[in-house]
Amino acid sequence: MEKYIYYVLNNWDKILFRSSEHVFLAFTAVALACLVGIPIGLLINRNKQLANFVMNGANILQTVPSLAMFALLIPLVGIRDKNAILALFLYGLLPIIKNTYTGIRNVDPAITEAAKGMGMSSFQMLYKVQTPLAVPVIMAGVRIATVTGIGVATIATLIGSGGLGALIYQGISVMNYPMMISGALAAALLALLTDYILGLLERLMTSKGITTK
Amino acid sequence: MIQLIDVSKTFNGKDMVVDNLSLEIKQGELVVLVGESGCGKTTTMKMINRLEEASSGTIKINGKDIKETNAIDLRRNIGYVIQQVGLFPHLTVGQNIGVVPRLTKNDPAKIAKRTIELLEMTGLKHEDYLNRYPKELSGGQQQRVGVARALANNPDIVLMDEPFSALDPITRCQLQDELLNLQKELHKTFVFVTHDVDEAIKIGDKIAVIQDGRIMQYDTPETILKKPANQFIQNFVGQDRLWKTPEMLRALDIMDDNYDNMKAIEVKDMVFVQPDTPLSEVLKLHEKHNLSIIPVVEQGVTVGVITEPSILSLLAEIIPGSEGL
Ligand SMILES: Nc1ncnc2c1ncn2[C@@H]1O[C@H](COP(=O)(O)OP(=O)(O)O)[C@@H](O)[C@H]1O
Ligand SMILES: [Mg+2]
Repeated sequence: MEKYIYYVLNNWDKILFRSSEHVFLAFTAVALACLVGIPIGLLINRNKQLANFVMNGANILQTVPSLAMFALLIPLVGIRDKNAILALFLYGLLPIIKNTYTGIRNVDPAITEAAKGMGMSSFQMLYKVQTPLAVPVIMAGVRIATVTGIGVATIATLIGSGGLGALIYQGISVMNYPMMISGALAAALLALLTDYILGLLERLMTSKGITTK
Repeated sequence: MIQLIDVSKTFNGKDMVVDNLSLEIKQGELVVLVGESGCGKTTTMKMINRLEEASSGTIKINGKDIKETNAIDLRRNIGYVIQQVGLFPHLTVGQNIGVVPRLTKNDPAKIAKRTIELLEMTGLKHEDYLNRYPKELSGGQQQRVGVARALANNPDIVLMDEPFSALDPITRCQLQDELLNLQKELHKTFVFVTHDVDEAIKIGDKIAVIQDGRIMQYDTPETILKKPANQFIQNFVGQDRLWKTPEMLRALDIMDDNYDNMKAIEVKDMVFVQPDTPLSEVLKLHEKHNLSIIPVVEQGVTVGVITEPSILSLLAEIIPGSEGL
């Protein structure tokens, strides 16, 4: 036990640096996935066939094993950050598109019928009614994407992208358990913390009229 | 005025959901479309605000074909209330009511004032309800807000699709009464869909009875009860319904027109009534003058008499289990 505390006390700058790398990778990727995924999720609600096509594509992306994903992207974008961010971005797309799509689609038809009957255009309906009502579901997708991203980012070190994975793999290779464990714990903590913060954000963005408590 | 002229609607190209239907609704009338589930009431109503497009025929509002108006502008000038209410759960009551006025870019101060007015008009204290969310309201209160929201842009026409059907009987009755008061006050044209004959009779100025997308009869509740156009209507409204609506009974409905000494009755000095004198007045006269016989006179001719037995036989019609006494 002392060994671990001793390690952290002596290496907190290193841990912080690796954490910041980690956060940079995961957050950039998820932010991009939101930027692309949310509009796609909103848009495909207009066309069932398009929706199926996009969802199938995203599903397939999700089934590619993470190490294979990094490898497959090397010919495209080489190694390091670009590769890592692109891989994490692709993983993040599915939960974000899927939740945006279902969140919008599951809005009570009585509500959309009322909106239409009152004279809202389909665009007004989307941004005044459907999207605000879908916020909790969309945010759930963003949270899944973020937590997955932080997890998968631990492998990014294998393509030279640093992050907390660097501590874990280095720790394993030189049998430095405190190093390994502190890297793993930091990644887990990071995931919990971001999820908590996103939870707060979600509550801020959700109307009190649709929260259960 | 709303005119439906030879309007038909089919969803699949062969089954006529609305079949060559014509209907004229005058400004300020409350017209009820009534019929069994699936007969095409909702579809008929939705063609008026173009939530459904007619497959053929013409619909005019104040003489103008609704196809010439942009569908969205048309809807913003027609109130719309549905059974499931469809309030926006993420908006407060006040915000819900202000939706259409905000869409049409009204002055915010005016919207706020109008919102308060509408809440009071629909029987909700604005101090208590303005900032609540729909989930914090009972079903009846939600539908009051639904009605207020439909009236927000001060439309001439309000469409209501089974607005009270999901409410408990007491609340339903209250809201029906209040709708009647609103109509008296506002003189708007209401088109009201229901499958409930009692409701139709209670609130309609006129009732259109629909079967298989066609209008079977379009008339006042009283005429439909007393002179059903065909067997279907008679079965649909039920033969005893007239007797359960005593306020619609008139001298004509209970008089004995086979009275033996009809000709012998000297009308001159006697109290008499007209055929369309309401039953309540007949009974008052009977009470006041202690008459055993009241002649029913139409243009100087005695067409029947009301006697104690004819009043008793009415009682037998009204009281269940005593038919055919
Ligand atoms: N969008 C639709 N597509 C296909 N059929 C429909 C649609 N809307 C209604 N119908 C059919 O049209 C008929 C009349 O429906 P509706 O007007 O809702 O009846 P009501 O309101 O009198 O119960 C029903 O048989 C229903 O199944
Ligand atoms: Mg219906």
